[in-house]
Amino acid sequence: MTKQEWPLYEVFIRSKSGLSHRHAGSVHAADDDMALNNARDTYTRRNEGVSIWVVRSDSIVASDPAESSAFFEPAEDKIYRHPTFYDIPDEVDNL
Amino acid sequence: MTGKSVLTAYATRLGDNALILGQRMIELVAGSPELEEELANANFALDYIGQARMFYTYAGECEGEGRSEDDFAFLRPEHEYQNLLLVEQPNGHFGDAIVRQVLFESWYLALLEVLTRCSDEGISDIAARAVKEVRYHLRHSSQWLVRLGDGTDESHARVQQSLNDLWKFTGEMFMPDDLDDAMRSAHNGPHLEVLETQWRADVAAIVAEATLELPGDQWMVSGGKQGRHTEHFGFLLAEMQYMQRTFPGATW
Repeated sequence: MTKQEWPLYEVFIRSKSGLSHRHAGSVHAADDDMALNNARDTYTRRNEGVSIWVVRSDSIVASDPAESSAFFEPAEDKIYRHPTFYDIPDEVDNL
Repeated sequence: MTGKSVLTAYATRLGDNALILGQRMIELVAGSPELEEELANANFALDYIGQARMFYTYAGECEGEGRSEDDFAFLRPEHEYQNLLLVEQPNGHFGDAIVRQVLFESWYLALLEVLTRCSDEGISDIAARAVKEVRYHLRHSSQWLVRLGDGTDESHARVQQSLNDLWKFTGEMFMPDDLDDAMRSAHNGPHLEVLETQWRADVAAIVAEATLELPGDQWMVSGGKQGRHTEHFGFLLAEMQYMQRTFPGATW
């Protein structure tokens, strides 16, 4: 007998207010509620978060690694697109 | 029964419910159907053990005779434990365990909510910490009951049977004894008849969503609060207390 796996969900955790959600990992779950519970129990046991998003992995549209040169390399040699000519004050974190 | 002795006894009883249910859940460790469920169950078991530690430590303080949390947990005989019979029932299959959790946790949550407003600061502080944990536990267990009840024909039939089998242990949750009365009059403790109304409504809602039938009125087993336990309890205690009984005072 083959065991049927529950669908995979990707988990995003916001570690504190003001920051954005970051990818933390993934969990298996039979439905959305269970995915949220499982994410909470797997990834926030040690006080890691204030907010959780879960999304079905098969709902994510991802870029193709084979096309990475077409996607990303044209940006590399255009230094004028990068705001590197400003001094950032020390008080500004998380930029 | 007066003053501190009420608090000692009541905190001990609360600790007993938490410890024995925690021990039952620990028996499930490494046996869960999915990794995520494994983590959840172990988390919840540790929540209960943590609550038991707080209640026992507080009981020891009220008593003032130097008993530690370990003395309460590991060095009492069977008849001194006053936990509900429901929490000592064997895990059975997954649906049995889930039904036990739903029936107990919906009662425990309502009880803790009242205790956060009781006039004894020691009890109300612990209740305020525990109530958050238990609210989440009930969310988890009641969602599972809905999944199983409203799942396949087989899961529905099996979890209905679990509900029918465990129902007879719910009566004693609402039978006040001298200690309940003393806690209520001296410290603004729970009124168990009021609690029963709330519990019935809460459980009926979960059971209805799970497309299950509430069992009808029937004969209820009681005795846990008086230290008269079911035959499963001695085995649980023997395993839990083995280390302290075999190597008294052992620490690590």
